[in-house]
Amino acid sequence: MTAELLLQTLASGVLIGLIYALVAIGLTMIFGVMDIVNFAHGEFLMLGMYASFWLFALFALDPLLTLPLTVLMLFALGVLVWKLVIRRIADAPALSQIFTTFGLMLLFRGLAQFFWKPDYRTIEGSLAAGGVQLAGLQLGRPQVIAGLGAIVVTAAVWFFLHRTRLGAALEATASDKEAARLMGIDSHRMFGLAWGIGAACAGAAGGLLSTFFPIFPEVGANFILVAFVVVNLGGFGSVAGAFWAGILVGVIEVMGGLLIGPQYKTAIVLVLFLAVLMFRPQGLMGKTA
Amino acid sequence: MNRPASLLAAGAAAVALPFVVRDPSWLNVAVLALMAAQLGAAWNLVGGYAGQASLGHAAFYGLGAYASTLLLVNFGWNPWLGMLAGGVLAAAFSALFGWSCFRLKGHYFTMATIAVAEIVQIVFNNWEYAGAAVGLTIPMDRQGLAAMVFADKAAYYWLALGLLALTLLATFAVERSFLGYYFRAIKDEPDAARSIGVDIARYKQVALSLSAFFTAAGGSLYAQKELYIDPASVLSTALSIKMALAAILGGVGTLFGPVLGAVVLTLIEELSRSAFGGSGRGTDTVIYAALIVLVAVFQPSGILGGLKARAARRRALRAGASPAQADAAARDTTGLAPAAHESTGAPL
Repeated sequence: MTAELLLQTLASGVLIGLIYALVAIGLTMIFGVMDIVNFAHGEFLMLGMYASFWLFALFALDPLLTLPLTVLMLFALGVLVWKLVIRRIADAPALSQIFTTFGLMLLFRGLAQFFWKPDYRTIEGSLAAGGVQLAGLQLGRPQVIAGLGAIVVTAAVWFFLHRTRLGAALEATASDKEAARLMGIDSHRMFGLAWGIGAACAGAAGGLLSTFFPIFPEVGANFILVAFVVVNLGGFGSVAGAFWAGILVGVIEVMGGLLIGPQYKTAIVLVLFLAVLMFRPQGLMGKTA
Repeated sequence: MNRPASLLAAGAAAVALPFVVRDPSWLNVAVLALMAAQLGAAWNLVGGYAGQASLGHAAFYGLGAYASTLLLVNFGWNPWLGMLAGGVLAAAFSALFGWSCFRLKGHYFTMATIAVAEIVQIVFNNWEYAGAAVGLTIPMDRQGLAAMVFADKAAYYWLALGLLALTLLATFAVERSFLGYYFRAIKDEPDAARSIGVDIARYKQVALSLSAFFTAAGGSLYAQKELYIDPASVLSTALSIKMALAAILGGVGTLFGPVLGAVVLTLIEELSRSAFGGSGRGTDTVIYAALIVLVAVFQPSGILGGLKARAARRRALRAGASPAQADAAARDTTGLAPAAHESTGAPL
């Protein structure tokens, strides 16, 4: 095995890891603010991919240019899901919360199949198509652009949370609902906002992925388990944690695939997940167990 | 009619059903409903009574199916013996499963169980000896009770009914014994249970082993009925979720809740499939999923749970309680742990 192959693999691991991070940031935000595990999160990503695809197929608009639109649409969908469904189960038993989001997952997949058929679709000839030479490494341009895009979106979310009043209110709700309410923060508005931003992050990841990943109704399944791992590893509710954990998981996945065999790469990530759950349930950067 | 008499009547009607329903496709729906009910009841032991919401039960189911099938195909074992062996193997595996998941609580536990089952599925997908992704086929050359292979669907119906009866009997025995109290204590008041000396880790494991045993037996039955298994059909996460769903829909921690939930779920699934499945557009999935969401949102304690709560509320009102006290009494019967962030309202 050459050093070049190793570096090449490492780089592709970092790039896919950045996408994992973006998906996981949305998931961790919803969990942090509302204590709900969103099993339908991969479907937000899937819908983001289809949004990019249809804007490209019907109006010949490039996924990179329509990314803000995709993000807006998914934000609206996230808020809508919260308003119509999640709001009603905010105080329900944990089991029924799990089944609500699981039902949503099935519902979105079913609807995607109903309207858009189960076919694999791809976007050919996007602005991102092609390859790049980077310090002697051959990388796909779509992957590099997606990785950079993921960094930009993550930075924007971080900036929002830590440098704006609304973001501070969201953080306050996440750390102590009751106290935040006493300070005059409308916690229901914050819940809706968390769902909007959470779905928007997944949608952004979907839009960035759409230039190089096949688009089909079940595509979310490929990302949801990994996103759970990343959220745990980074610590539930921690955006910065999810970012670093995403990169770490991406690298471990491709390196494991290279060293042990690509068919076991998911298993390797899951074993790591179990190990972290057992020995450090608060995650690598989480504050409380 | 009192409870034992109505149970006897329902049981007799269930046994006699294949004499009335002759249409093979309807009989098949009945078999599917019974098998789903049995799995829901098995899940209920650990997920309902002990409150440990596993979404990894497909691992036990798959182990049962693979154990009996491999023993039959490669060693010529009798499937009845294979079923027993699969159950024991799954119960043994549940010790590893429990060791890796039980130190976690709530969401963490549930996600760990998904991960364990997913790892098992990946292993079987790549294990050449177990047929890898292609799966295993059971030959049809020997038929009859001893070989547990039948040309007639009715035989599978009675087999599934028998296994369901056994599972419910075991659940009933657990409910009545000290185990039932321990399980409920683990679910509702783990700290109090620990303080009076209940070995929580041990009894969680007891619940899981029992549940794993019966789940694996259901897996063996599936293999003998379909005569073909592969990782996608016996180890998928969707299966784990269906088992739990039957119990949740009917009412967790109730004896007959999973049966009711499984019958309703199977009917919804099969009816929407036969009505819309031909389109190949997933209309059946849309209807099925929409119903799951509606039930989870509007009837979070399940069908039986909802009925019980209503009855308790009525009783309390009749006994002269205020509407608020009656509501508390109703909440008390639902048998579901409140969400982590919800303050537990003081009961009566």
